[in-house]
Parts: sequence; C-alpha cells; structure tokens
Amino acid sequence: MIRRRIGRLAFYLLVAGIIFYAVFPFYWAIVSSLKTGSSLFQVEFWPSNPTLVNYIALFQEQPFARNILNSLIVAVVATGISLFLALTAAYALGRIRFRGRASMLLVILSVSMFPQIAVLSGLFELIRALGLYDTLSGLVLSNLILTLPFVTWVLTTFMREMPRELEQAAIIDGASDWRILTRVFLPIMGPSMSAAGLLAFILAWNEFMFALTFTLSTEQRTVPVAIALISGATAYELPWGRIMAACVIVTVPLIVLVLVLQRYIISGLTAGAVKG
Amino acid sequence: MLRIVALAAISLVAQAGLCVGARAEVTISISCSSLGIEQQLCQSGSEAWAKETGNKVKLVSTPADANERLALYQTLLAAEAKDIDVFQIDVIWPAILASHLMDLNSIVSEQDRADHFKVLIDNDTVNGKLVAVPWFVDAGLLYYRKDLLEKYGKPVPATWSELSETAKTVMDGEAQAGNSVVQGYVWQGRAYEGLTCNALEWIASYGGGSIVDAEGEVTIDNPQAAQALDMAKSWIGTISPKGVLSYAEEESRGVFQSGNAVFMRNWPYAWALANAADSPVKGKVGVAVLPKGEGPDARNAAALGGQNLAVSRYSAHPDEAADLVRYLTSAQEQKRRAIEGSFNPTLRSLYTDADTVAANPFYKDFLPIMESAVARPSTVTGRRYNQVSSAFVRTVHGALSGQGTASAILVDLNKELERLGRNGRW
Amino acid sequence: MSAIHQSPARERMDFAPASASRGPGPTLERQRARVAWLFVTPMLVAVALVAAWPLGRTIAFSFTDAYLDDLDNWAVVGFVNYVALFQDPLWWRAVGTTAAFTIVSVGLETLLGLAIALTLNAHMPGRGLLRAAVLIPWAIPTVISAKMWGWMLHDLYGVVNAALLKLGLIDAPWAWLAEPKLAFAAVVAVDVWKATPFMTLLILAALQVLPREIYQAGKVDGASPIRMFLRVTLPLIRPALLVAIIFRGLDAMRVFDVIYVLTGNNPATTTMSVYARQQLVDFQDVGYGSAAATSLFLIVALATAIVITVGRVNVGGERR
Repeated sequence: MIRRRIGRLAFYLLVAGIIFYAVFPFYWAIVSSLKTGSSLFQVEFWPSNPTLVNYIALFQEQPFARNILNSLIVAVVATGISLFLALTAAYALGRIRFRGRASMLLVILSVSMFPQIAVLSGLFELIRALGLYDTLSGLVLSNLILTLPFVTWVLTTFMREMPRELEQAAIIDGASDWRILTRVFLPIMGPSMSAAGLLAFILAWNEFMFALTFTLSTEQRTVPVAIALISGATAYELPWGRIMAACVIVTVPLIVLVLVLQRYIISGLTAGAVKG
Repeated sequence: MLRIVALAAISLVAQAGLCVGARAEVTISISCSSLGIEQQLCQSGSEAWAKETGNKVKLVSTPADANERLALYQTLLAAEAKDIDVFQIDVIWPAILASHLMDLNSIVSEQDRADHFKVLIDNDTVNGKLVAVPWFVDAGLLYYRKDLLEKYGKPVPATWSELSETAKTVMDGEAQAGNSVVQGYVWQGRAYEGLTCNALEWIASYGGGSIVDAEGEVTIDNPQAAQALDMAKSWIGTISPKGVLSYAEEESRGVFQSGNAVFMRNWPYAWALANAADSPVKGKVGVAVLPKGEGPDARNAAALGGQNLAVSRYSAHPDEAADLVRYLTSAQEQKRRAIEGSFNPTLRSLYTDADTVAANPFYKDFLPIMESAVARPSTVTGRRYNQVSSAFVRTVHGALSGQGTASAILVDLNKELERLGRNGRW
Repeated sequence: MSAIHQSPARERMDFAPASASRGPGPTLERQRARVAWLFVTPMLVAVALVAAWPLGRTIAFSFTDAYLDDLDNWAVVGFVNYVALFQDPLWWRAVGTTAAFTIVSVGLETLLGLAIALTLNAHMPGRGLLRAAVLIPWAIPTVISAKMWGWMLHDLYGVVNAALLKLGLIDAPWAWLAEPKLAFAAVVAVDVWKATPFMTLLILAALQVLPREIYQAGKVDGASPIRMFLRVTLPLIRPALLVAIIFRGLDAMRVFDVIYVLTGNNPATTTMSVYARQQLVDFQDVGYGSAAATSLFLIVALATAIVITVGRVNVGGERR
C-alpha cells in the first residue's frame, strides 16, 4: 500500500518537475511583461508594481491585431495545404508499392537539409518573379519548403505502421484508392495528423527569416517580425516589457489550439479501433 | 445662354490647363528607424518635407538589429528593388553598399560640407562619390558615478591606469561596506561589432593605430596594440566581471543603471536613460572622454558611430529622394532633432549653438571628443570590412578569454589581414 | 500479417490469373502503382516549385566568385571555393561544434521526450492542460525564447544565477554566456528546452496508436514496466521515434538562431550554419558562402544516411 502511495507521489513529483521545467520561462515572461523601465533589471518573482501598460502599448504602437491575423492566415493555410498534400502522398508512399518510392522519400528529405539562409535569396527571386512579394501568399508558399517534407515523412511513417488488413477488405470490395484513403485511413490518422499539423502550424507561425525578407509593409507583417520591430526608445534599448507582453499574447492561442486538438486526438482513437 | 456656355467652357479649359501644369505627386519610401522617438522625429521631418514639396512620404520599418537590417538592405538592393528610395545606413556601411548608391555630391552645399565633421565626410566618400550624407553621430563615452567618485575623493580618470586604480579602490571600499555587487568597469566584450569599437578605442588610445591605415596598410601588429590588449585582459575578473565577454550595449547598461558599476563605456543614448525618472542612478551620472593610454603617442580615442542617409541607385524618383535627404540632413532639421531627441548633429556649428547646448549641456564637451573620434577602417577596406572586423573580433575575444598572448595573436592577425587585403589593394 | 487468401471468383480487377497464394495480383499492383504516382504528384510539384530554384541556384553559385554587391558579374571558378573551405580551420571547428551540439542536444531531447511522453500517456486529471503546458517552449518563437534565456542567464541580474546563489549551489555568479565551455552548455540547454516538446509530441502520437491489448498481455505475463517498455513499446514506436530523431537532427545540424542570439559570432559556439550565414550575409561572399552551405548540406546528408542505415529505418517500406 505504502509502496503504491510512494509510487504515486513520485509520479506527481515528476509531473510537477516537468511542468516547472517547461513553464518557468513563460512564467518569467509574464512577470516581465507586467514591469517597465529599470525595474526590468531587478530580480523579483512577482512585480512590485504590476502594470498593463506594455499590453496596451503593444496594440497602440503597431497594428498588432492585424499581424496576429496575418500569422493565423499564413499558418492555417500552409498547414492545411501541407496536410492535404502530405496525406495523399503518404497514402501512396506508405501503402502502395512502386518503383522509386524510397528515392522519392530521400529526395524530399534532402530538401530539409539545406540551411534556411542558403535558400533565402533564391526563394526571394522566385517570389518576386511570381509577383508574390509583400503578400501573404508568398509567405504561405515559402513556408511549404519547411513544412511539407516533415509532414510527409511523419504521415508516411504512421501510415505504414497501420496493419495490412485495413485496406484488403476495401480493395476486395473494389473501392478506389481515394475512398480507401478517406474512409479507411483518414479517421484513424488523428493522432499523427494532429501532431504533425500542430508542429507544422507552430513552425509556420514562428517562422521569422522568410517573413522578414518577403514582406515589407507593416500591414502584411506577421507576428515574429512585428515583435522584432517593436519600439524601444533607441536602437540599443531592448523594449523588454513589450516583447514579453507580445510573447504572452502570441503563445496563448497556441495553447488554446492544443487544448482544442486534444479532444480530436482522443476521438480519433476510438473511431477506428485497431486490432493488434 | 451663350455667355454661360462660354464661361463654362473657359473655366473647363482653364482647369485642364491647371491640371496639366501641376507637378505630379511622388511617393518616396524611406527606411529610417522604427523605434520610439527616432521614428517620430524621422516621420515628422519627412512629412514636413512632403508638405513643402507637395509629395508624399512613406516610412518603411526595418529591423533594429544592425546585421539584420544590412541583410535586408542587401537582399533588396541585390534584386534592384524599387521598394525603398532612401536608406538610413550605419557609419560602417557606405563602402559595402557603395555600388548600389547614388552620388550625392551635388546636394551638399560647400558651406555644409565644411561644417560636417571631416572624419564623417571622408568616411562616406567612396572612390570620389559621396554615397551617403551624415545624419547624426555617436562616439564612445566614459560614464562615471559622480557620487561614488566624490565619496572616495577620486577625480575623473585621465588615463586607463588611473581608471583601474580608482575602480579597484571604489570596489574594495564598497565591498567592505557590505555592497559586494558593485563592479568597477563594464563595457561591451561580446564577439560582435561593439567589441571592434571598444578594442579600437583601447588600441588607438595607446597610439597603436586603427587596424588598417588610410592607405590600406595593415598596422595592427605593433607593441602599443599588444600593450592595450594586455591591459584590457587584466581588467577581466578584477575590475570587470567575467561575464563582460558576453555583454552588448544593453547588458552593460543594465549593470550600470541599476547602480552596480562605477564606470561604463557606452554610446550617448545611455545618458537619457540613466537620467530617466525611474533610473536608480538618476542625477548621479557624469560623462567624460575615454581615458588615454601610456606612451608618447597616447591620445584620447572614441570610436565613431552614427547613421547616414543614402539614396538607392534603383529608385524610381532619384531627384525627389535626394531632395528629401538634403532636407533631413540640413542644419535646421539636425538642430530640431538635437533639441527634441538628443540626436548628435554632424555639423560643427550646431555644437556652439545656444539652443542645442541648452537642451544638451554635455555638447560643449562633445566637440573635442568628436575631434578625437577614430573611424573604423570601413571605407579603406571596402567590401571586405566585415571580414576584417570579424577577424579582429575573433582575435581580440580570444586573447581576452585567455587563448594566447596578445603579441603572438597580433602577428597572426596581421598576416591574415594582409592576405585578406591582397597586400594593400583591398 | 499475411495477405488475405483470395478466391478466384473475386478477381474482378485482375486481367491475368493470379496465383492463389498471393494476394491481389501483380497487375493490380501495377495499376495501383500508377494511381500512386497520381497521389504523389501534387506534393512533388509543390516541393519542386519552392525548392528546385533556390537549391539549384545555391549549388550553382558555389562554383562561382559572385559577390552580393555585384550579383550580375561573376565567373565560374570551379572548386576553388571548396578547396579554400576545406583548408579553413574555422570551418572544421564549426563542423566539430555542430557535431557535438547535435549529438548532445538530440540525445538529451530524445531521452527527455521519451520520459515526458510516457508520463503524459498515462491517465490523469488535467491531461489536456498538461500537454498544452509541455508544448509551451516549442510554441514561443525562437528569437524571443533565445533572448529570454539570454536575459535569464545574465551573470549579474539574471534569475538563473540569482536562484543558484540563493540555493547556495554556487558562491559567485557564473558567466554562462562568456566562458567557452559554459556557453556551449548554455546553448545546448536552451535548445533542449525549446525542442523537447517536438520529440514529446511525436512520441506521444506514436504511443497513442499502440493497441491497449499489448499492455494487458504484458500485465498478464507479469513483466516489469521497464521490461515492457524495452521489449514491447520501444520496438513498436521505433519508426516514429527515428523519424523524430532524424528531423530534430536536421534542425540541430542547421541551428542558427539560438547560437547567434545568445553568443554572437563567438568562435567557441559557431556552428556550420552560423559560419555559412556569416560568409553569405556579413561578408557578402555569395560564392564562398554557397560553397559552405552546400558543404553543410553534404555533411548533413552523410550524417542522415548513417542514421538511416544504423537505425535500419525502413525507407523503402518493404514488408517485414
């Protein structure tokens, strides 16, 4: 009995440790966002004079709400396109045997092996040639280079691990591959699609280098760039309080997104029970 | 009836004539700062010009970080983009961006040219072309705690050894009084351009030259430079905290402004912040010229900083853009910026102007500091300046963190720079 | 998992007699192969569209002497850039630093990710909120979290030193970002903090598709939890785990933001990506910088090939 109790206690301590490790800097960000001026240079675990001035100024000094909307659009569309293209490709790469399958996967992987700085100017030329400079479509397109390979690989791997029996019955019934994909596999790909989709979303949401280079006007900018351009009084002064306030505001929707996706993951599991 | 029609016809023609005669309105895009008061002043100045000339002005915000801004500028200019007409460029960029910039010799009057600090005009002239016009200037300053110096009866140090001694005395005194957090001297020692400025100041103050001289010859390997670096190394762990090797401007300012340092080397911007309402050291800070070294060639040396305005060669409206630059860098506008935002003018006459001095009392001391300012060798080394600076920083940072003696590494640095500069041809 | 035995009466789609013991006949496979290409093409087109020109251009430039301030005038110089690169001790130092960084941080991230994923897989109240909390480090933009950690690690007014001093673990403030070894440790710690959620999420997804029956079987057999994990769970989640490791490895080998924001161009922490960027952007040397970027690509490809071979990653997806 006692051993069980100690086991439980140890478990909860572990959980508490994990939470502390992950969340402390964010807590620190919240604390810093409630301070201004010289008090930022002092170490205290709760501000002596908490103030919301950073949050208010954030929306007053730049079109921050618009920037958040831009980020949302770019991230949602890029993730959506990636998931769709990757899912269809993953079905083929994962369930159908054909020549060139392995090389294709390796070629896609190799796209992710170049440093972002190397593709920057080439992509810049491409974006300008397509007339997409300073538009959100340009950003969606450039984010695909980051999200597609990774989402494809994850979905392919998960797709492959699904048992063979699943599609045999459907094939015998004469179902087309599209039906097999949407009726048989899609319902049970919940966990992997949520995981890959969430990670891709965050990748696109936080992407900085492309967003900085491919947009110029304040109305088209996304959140990370807007944060980087936040006003301090001078070139050297880091407007720390404002940056932390922005960071807090920007992270909250992501947390909400995760909570929403939680239910989908669980429901995805019960939908198509997989027999071992 | 006919008269009414005639009148209408005449007025229509007259209006058409007016339309044809009216000048087309042009929109000029300018990338100046996107930060606080700097942005406000740029905006108000540009809009005043716009009103005067009947044009429009659009402010484009670019990153505050110098490296990111340069990268963005280069990407746009390499693509010959017309999106930005006027660029605010750092004092070390004219030679790097020179091939993309217009010659602005014609917009600076003879009188203004003589009034601008010579070191800035020389800095901005590349192969005879004036590629940028000086806008405001910065120089490294020594900040000190008036109250602490008074308490221990010490004068403002004139040489580095005096600074070391004073710092040590104050640190020990404060530690005995129970306040052991106080550091002696904080500066910028991180491996970035700021260290180039700091190290250049030490070396030049001993008479060790400025890395590469005006003719393109590499002069870094000399005993005075080694002496300067040894001195700086001796500070670390004694009067400067070990972490100083990772400090940029803000980190050192944080230590000084929270009252935990006796001396600080920083740019003029820190003055206003140190005297802000919520600053713990408000009213206790003094500013002086950086100390000299030892030896016959010792001098006061402050690194030259600041910003210039340049016009892109690919601009769709070069004449109007150049005119905007002329307006913004004129004496009248620089005076306004000095009074309202403490942006140090680049025109000598403004330092003796009653109004500017009234708003910025330390301007009377600033003139001699400016006269002693040392420019980084960006113009003579041209497109390779960043490589020179990077090699210099790497070497200095290595020496300061104990990887090799100063004299030995300077020999290697000299060789490397000579190779880089193809023996003076740059 | 053998193929289902097909009765001849159901071979509607077969145009050639299939042997009774194999599943859907070879023609069906060929037909499906054609369909497969149809399914794969959209994704390939998208990737080719965004990647072909930029990557090709980089590789092409690596054989020239192009400079950023004069991009139209360049000459082909063959392998000169590569020779210079391989003779630069700073490049090799960057390679070494990158390798050390990758191995240590991906290793730590994997172990921590596994531990946290296993913990989160258990039933407990507030599971959803916990998962959201764990994701926070990944959710914060890298530039910001790097600056945040830079602030926290400041030797004089950072909270890390303040806490360590208060707890009596150190007696004088440590210069986390200044001393070479500490700087490396700090950079690794921040990257691990940031990227562990990535591993956690992927491993968690893999754990959640595991059928519950295996745990029940394990309990019946009386196997200890560790044994269960090593013998049963780990092999089953291996494919997903390896994919996570590969992609984290790719990110780690190309790391830039964390290093640059925390330590600048400090040679002790310069990685290949920082080196390449310095050449391309700071020094404007497009030819040499592209050679560095391409070499980075080749080294990364080599490392990935090794991982794929040693980990026996099933790229071809052949039936086991």
